[in-house]
Amino acid sequence: MIEISNLSKNFVLHNQGGAVIPVMRDAALSVAPGECVGLIGASGAGKSTLMRMVYGNYLADRGVIRVGDVDVAQAAPREVLALRRATLGYVSQFLRVVPRVPTLDVVAEPLLALGVAREEALGRARDLLGRLNIPERLWPLSPTTFSGGEQQRVNIARGFAHGYPALLLDEPTASLDAANREVVLTLIEEAKARGAAILGIFHDEAARARVCTRVVDVTRFTPGLAA
Amino acid sequence: MTPLLQVKGLTKRYGARIGCADVSFDLYPGEVMGIVGESGSGKSTLLNCLAGHLEADSGHVMFDTRAEGLRDVRAMSEPERRMLARTDWAFVHQNPRDGLRMGVSAGGNVGERLMAVGARHYGDIRAQAQDWLGRVEIAADRIDDRPTAFSGGMQQRLQIARNLVTGPRLVFMDEPTGGLDVSVQARLLDLLRGLVREMGLSAVIVTHDLAVVRLLAHRLMVMKSGHVVEAGLTDQVLDDPQHGYTQLLVSSVLQA
Repeated sequence: MIEISNLSKNFVLHNQGGAVIPVMRDAALSVAPGECVGLIGASGAGKSTLMRMVYGNYLADRGVIRVGDVDVAQAAPREVLALRRATLGYVSQFLRVVPRVPTLDVVAEPLLALGVAREEALGRARDLLGRLNIPERLWPLSPTTFSGGEQQRVNIARGFAHGYPALLLDEPTASLDAANREVVLTLIEEAKARGAAILGIFHDEAARARVCTRVVDVTRFTPGLAA
Repeated sequence: MTPLLQVKGLTKRYGARIGCADVSFDLYPGEVMGIVGESGSGKSTLLNCLAGHLEADSGHVMFDTRAEGLRDVRAMSEPERRMLARTDWAFVHQNPRDGLRMGVSAGGNVGERLMAVGARHYGDIRAQAQDWLGRVEIAADRIDDRPTAFSGGMQQRLQIARNLVTGPRLVFMDEPTGGLDVSVQARLLDLLRGLVREMGLSAVIVTHDLAVVRLLAHRLMVMKSGHVVEAGLTDQVLDDPQHGYTQLLVSSVLQA
């Protein structure tokens, strides 16, 4: 489902003397449907950079990032947008929403964007928020004022609202208590069971051991670090 | 799918100075294109050339018309262009006073656009005006008040209702949330996002507010000295800017 090969990237800082910072060399990995692949490597090795490149958030300089039948490294913006709507989900560590929009609508939005009927989308949102222990009295409120852990759970609910065939997870269990961590790990296991291809970063080693089919050490792709 | 708008090599000079130079892009139905850049970068010139408010020197603005498919708007006759401007196109000005008739009631401002495309039944016009005032969250009992009695945020929402009541397919917006306080701005952003999603609206939005484009625009063009220096997915351009000017722009935003 996700196939990466020969992927390379530099950052060029035009306003800082044109400094060129190589961040990725010849990265290659693949994630099959029903698999969860964990990215490991020290902080700064390029785990998040790799995830962002798969999502089309960072540009690739060279290589192929195939998600389904789209090469994200070459695709037009419009194709990446369509891919993100229907095929490729992303749970980032940060919740970015229009202020003043109710939590329930924030979670239902990915489904509404796909044309799912409003009642059905809201029903799915209620179900997920309930499972993730967001108290019902908070649903009509904007998540911008929520605690860090609550925002993280709203973000997860939003990321799991639609059954994406491919899913990127950036530290989904960070800042969660034991009960909610369990809910999130169960959601990931359910997604794997329905055939989603998942690429994730988990600093939580026990969580990684439980959900990941295998791990890939991105240090192999870090320029200047590879053996 | 055919693009709704195809812009090719659009150029406008003010004497020896460049307004905008050789701008090309495609816009598809349901897409929102943001244009950012500092004052004087040519973004408003570009918007006004697209909307036909300014005569460009060269280039093409092709629009997918309902009747005849892709047509070059610049080659249309004046009556054809005016017809387009009040049916399939809409233009939301930065200052609502430029887009509203200040001496006419709120309901009249919305109804007038309907009458311009042939609506004649008073009851229907008033009912539609009422419906649109509701969508932009203007209370029903304000329908007979003039815009002069409205706050700036309400005027801007009224301008949006007036522009969208005829079901346009393409909306041009010049700093639509500029000058509004942040709470009103947030409500307006949510309103616009809903309209884009539910009506399949396409929009070209000029702004200097990077937070606004991040939340509203699917794609982004960055302009400097009349030229488009970078274009792409909005979050990609903001998070991984390739051009020196965009890097400067993104890194110069003050964190609240």
